[in-house]
Amino acid sequence: MARKELEIIEGLWEKVEELSGQNIFACYQCGMCSAGCPFTDEMDMLPNQVIRGLQLRDWNTMDCSAMWICASCFSCQVRCPKGVDLAKLMEAMRQIYLRQQLDHVSIDDMTPEQISKLPQIALVANFRKKTG
Amino acid sequence: MDRLTYFPGCSLKDEAKEFEISAMAVMKVLELPLVEIERWNCCGTVFSLTEDDLMHQLASIRNFIRVQEAGSDEIVTSCAMCYNTLKRSSLFVNHAEERLEKINAFMDEEVAYEGKVEVRHLLEIIRDRIGWEKVEEAMIYPLEGLSVAPYYGCMLLRPRQVGIDDPDNPTIMRDLIDALWATPVEYAFQAECCGSYQVVDHRELIVERTHRILSSARRAGADVVVTSCPLCQYNLRETQSELKEKIPTYEEMPVMYFTQLMAVALDVDSGELPGPLLARFSVGEGVGKGEG
Repeated sequence: MARKELEIIEGLWEKVEELSGQNIFACYQCGMCSAGCPFTDEMDMLPNQVIRGLQLRDWNTMDCSAMWICASCFSCQVRCPKGVDLAKLMEAMRQIYLRQQLDHVSIDDMTPEQISKLPQIALVANFRKKTG
Repeated sequence: MDRLTYFPGCSLKDEAKEFEISAMAVMKVLELPLVEIERWNCCGTVFSLTEDDLMHQLASIRNFIRVQEAGSDEIVTSCAMCYNTLKRSSLFVNHAEERLEKINAFMDEEVAYEGKVEVRHLLEIIRDRIGWEKVEEAMIYPLEGLSVAPYYGCMLLRPRQVGIDDPDNPTIMRDLIDALWATPVEYAFQAECCGSYQVVDHRELIVERTHRILSSARRAGADVVVTSCPLCQYNLRETQSELKEKIPTYEEMPVMYFTQLMAVALDVDSGELPGPLLARFSVGEGVGKGEG
C-alpha cells in the first residue's frame, strides 16, 4: 500500500492549511459535516474526526481512508456553520500523497473489461483525484 | 436569431449522445440554438481544489479563449460536471489579475485570456432567458400522468457560489417538470451525491447509492428520474443491473436527461430513450419519437 510510505515532511500540517486555504481551528466540532456526509458508512474516520485530527496534529489522520472515499460532493461545505471547506482539506491531504508520487489508484491494476465498461468522465475524474 | 456559444464536453459526444441530440433539438424549437465552439477541449472534469494549482485551470481557460475568439463572452453547457469545473475556473481567474498574468505568460502560444467569460448552465438559460411559459407554449404533447423525480446531484448546486439554485431546496427542475404538465416528485435524495468517480475503484459503493436514491424516488411515486450529469446518469442507470442481481425483486427505474423529457413533450428528437419508459408509459403520442 502506497499510503504507508508517506514521507513525513516538515511543516506538513501547515501545508494542509496552505493548500486548502482553510483555517482548521475555525471548526468547533458541531458534527454537521458528518451528519450530512453520504459516505460515512464507508469511512474509517468521520469527517468531523478528520478535522479534529488535523487540529490535534494526530498522525493517524494522515493515514485515514476517509480522504479517498470523499467524492467532493460539497454537502459538508454548504452546511458548515463556520464556513470551513472540508472538501478542500480532504483534497489537500490527498495532494500531500500525490505530490510525493504516491498514487492511490493505478490503471495497471484494472482489467481491460473494467476500463471499457466505464465512461471517460468517471476515469478522468478518478485519475485527476487519485493520481499525481 | 440569438444563439448560444455552446460547449458540449466529451461525454456528450460519446456515451451521452442522447443528451446532446435532445438539447440541440429542444433549443432549436425554443429559438435559441446551440452553436458549438470550435477547437474546444476537455474541461478537466473536476475542479482542482488546491489554492496553488494554476496548471489544472488551463483546460478550462483554453476553452474560454475559444469563446473569446468566437466573439462571445458567455459559454453554455448542459453537462453538470463541465458546468461546475468551468464555472469554478472562471471564478478562480476572472478578476484575479495576478493569476491571469501568470497563466497568460505560461500559455504564450495562445492569445491572452481577458478574464471576461461567464459560464452558464443550460437549465439557467431556459429558466432565465426563455422562461417556463414559453416552454409550455412550445409543448405539443403534455406529459400529464407522468410522475418525474428530478435528480440534481452535486455539481449543479454546490458550492453555493456556483449553484444555479438553492443547494438545499432547489426548484429549477421541478418548475421545468411543472411546465411540461408532468407531476414533479419530491423525495429526500434529489441532491445527494451518487458517488461520482468512485465508480472506478469503489463500484459497490455506487450500487448502494443507486439503491438508496432510486428506491426513495420510487417510494415517492416516480415513474422516471431526470438528470443533468452524464456521470450521475451512468451511475444510476448502469449499476441497476448489479442491483437486480443482489435484490431479485428490484424493479428498474428509467433514468434520462432533462432535455430528453423536454424533447418528448416538444415532439422533437429525444435521442435514445430508456426501454422501460417506452414499455410502461404512453404519454400523448410523444414518447418514443426519435428513438434510436
